[in-house]
Amino acid sequence: MSGGKNALPSAILPYAWLLVFFLAPLLVSLAISLTHAVDGSPPYSNPFDWPSLNLENYRSILSDDLYADALVNSIRVAATTALLCLLIGYPMAYAMALEPPGRRQILLMAIILPFFTSSLIRTYAMINLLKETGLINQALSALGLVDPAHPPSILYSDWAVQIGMVYNYLPFMILPLYANLARLDWTLAEAARDLGAPPWRAFATIVLPLSWPGIVSGVLLVFIPACGEYVVPTLLGGQNYPMIGTQLSTEFFQNRDWPLASAVAILLLAILVAPLLLLQWIARRSEAAA
Amino acid sequence: MIRIEGLTKSFGHDRAVDAVDLSIAAGEFFALLGGSGSGKTTLLRMIAGFERPDGGRILIDGEDMAQAPPHRRPVNMMFQSYALFPHMSVAKNVEFGLRQEGLRGDELRRRTDEALDLVAMREFAARKPHQLSGGQKQRVALARAIVKRPKVLLLDEPLSALDRKLRETTQIHLLDVQKRTGVTFVVVTHDQDEAMAMASRVAVMNAGRVEQVDTPRALYAHPANRFVAGFIGATNLLQARAGGQGLLAEGVRTLLRPSASIDSAEPCWVSIRPENVAIAAPALASADANAEHGVVEAMSYYGDHTVYYVRAEGGAMLRAARFNAAEAGPVFKVDAPVTLSWPATAITVLRS
Repeated sequence: MSGGKNALPSAILPYAWLLVFFLAPLLVSLAISLTHAVDGSPPYSNPFDWPSLNLENYRSILSDDLYADALVNSIRVAATTALLCLLIGYPMAYAMALEPPGRRQILLMAIILPFFTSSLIRTYAMINLLKETGLINQALSALGLVDPAHPPSILYSDWAVQIGMVYNYLPFMILPLYANLARLDWTLAEAARDLGAPPWRAFATIVLPLSWPGIVSGVLLVFIPACGEYVVPTLLGGQNYPMIGTQLSTEFFQNRDWPLASAVAILLLAILVAPLLLLQWIARRSEAAA
Repeated sequence: MIRIEGLTKSFGHDRAVDAVDLSIAAGEFFALLGGSGSGKTTLLRMIAGFERPDGGRILIDGEDMAQAPPHRRPVNMMFQSYALFPHMSVAKNVEFGLRQEGLRGDELRRRTDEALDLVAMREFAARKPHQLSGGQKQRVALARAIVKRPKVLLLDEPLSALDRKLRETTQIHLLDVQKRTGVTFVVVTHDQDEAMAMASRVAVMNAGRVEQVDTPRALYAHPANRFVAGFIGATNLLQARAGGQGLLAEGVRTLLRPSASIDSAEPCWVSIRPENVAIAAPALASADANAEHGVVEAMSYYGDHTVYYVRAEGGAMLRAARFNAAEAGPVFKVDAPVTLSWPATAITVLRS
């Protein structure tokens, strides 16, 4: 299989894919971000007119609190989502990995099943749960926990966005964690117990370090798309909920300012690449150890 | 030292360990021998604390440990797969147990080095487990399990992952480590040669019960019952009952006349080891007892000895083993008529 002649064409495929569908659009976006908006089609100045290109869009983004707030808020929401997904997803993946193989498949199906419905529909349906007269408030007032006359408004708040985000992204955390924990040799945990470690220390010194690669993949799979999330903040966060995804959409479709929108996208990418590289470096290190 | 009383464990309807009583002395090299499903591994895991017994007691130095969690027992285990922590160096693996006791600094270093010296692995202290050979992993696993000086060291199939050549030197090494540390070793194995060669005493297990506990020599020479006779070594097992001036056995025409007196007329089993069965050219006059004519049906050559499978006149298939020393006498071919004979002392009468 690793024969030199056959290896080359198949190795080219992923690179070709990246070139055509990632690098080329990225360069286009980068070029557009250096132009300025014009009335017309396309709605930006000629990117091949070198002298007219400048960093004005970046300067206005960095000087405008609107974008800075949206960027900071996006990272905050995405980081909270990743953390909450990890805290909820890890015990779930752990429990699944300890089940006998037959039941694992059923549980795995249960995790994947919601994907059969579009995320847009599922998020839209959450409005019915979260609105003032929604199921959650009904349940809370039935239990006497809130005043039915003045129910708390969960919808169109940070809470609603956060709940929607965790709900949507949880499977992306559970699947890589489960894949990692299912392969774990559990006699290692027994060996730690045998050598005098109480259960929590066997977990902290053996199971947790060995599941690092799964944690890193899960966090990346949740954090990166969550940073640019558009559907959840738009539907559950209310008008102008400050996230970079909604900001982008406003610039593109309402203001028709493609150059500014491109600059926002490029900036987000630049900010995400740093932690991404760091996390991958950690993952590679712990994988080399395992 | 270790006393096991009425220990029982079921998985569903399956009684894995059924009211087992055992007593193991301090400093002993003890073996639990049995086939798969005999309950030996479950018994070991109960002593380690990984399985909760349904009933019974596990007394270690007089203290009942049956319900104690594994990390509170003065017992350490060497796992069949070795279970070395892949993300830790050899030294970190070995010192793991000492760290759990709160040991730090010079004392930690000294005890870790001591354990690594015991298995001659000190120069590999900085290596990761995946950089070691199978034999080296086995030695690190031994060092890690013994570094805390447990009252009992449990070894789960310690040689099964090694190739045959390495097995022999590792056996000798385990015996040497046991002698030097004085720790009580309890080894679980399905390999009778391994158990016989290493252990001072062996418990033969079958279907969750202990069939016999004895020295290897006594197990072989004086099996307590039919199972042990058939399980330990090869033997000729025949069903018999008292008759004439000896025993009449099914499948052989000759009268069996054991040296021990036959006390009852109840049906019983007799065992005659193949190495006690002499094979010779057919005798003209047949002896009145302990000799049977037959025909060689098959033979297996093992280098140091040959096993002949002889169809007796009475219909039974009897095995005769002969050592291939320089003057071992004639070689018999398949279909050759022969006479088998055995001394009275070679007949072991088994009840049940």
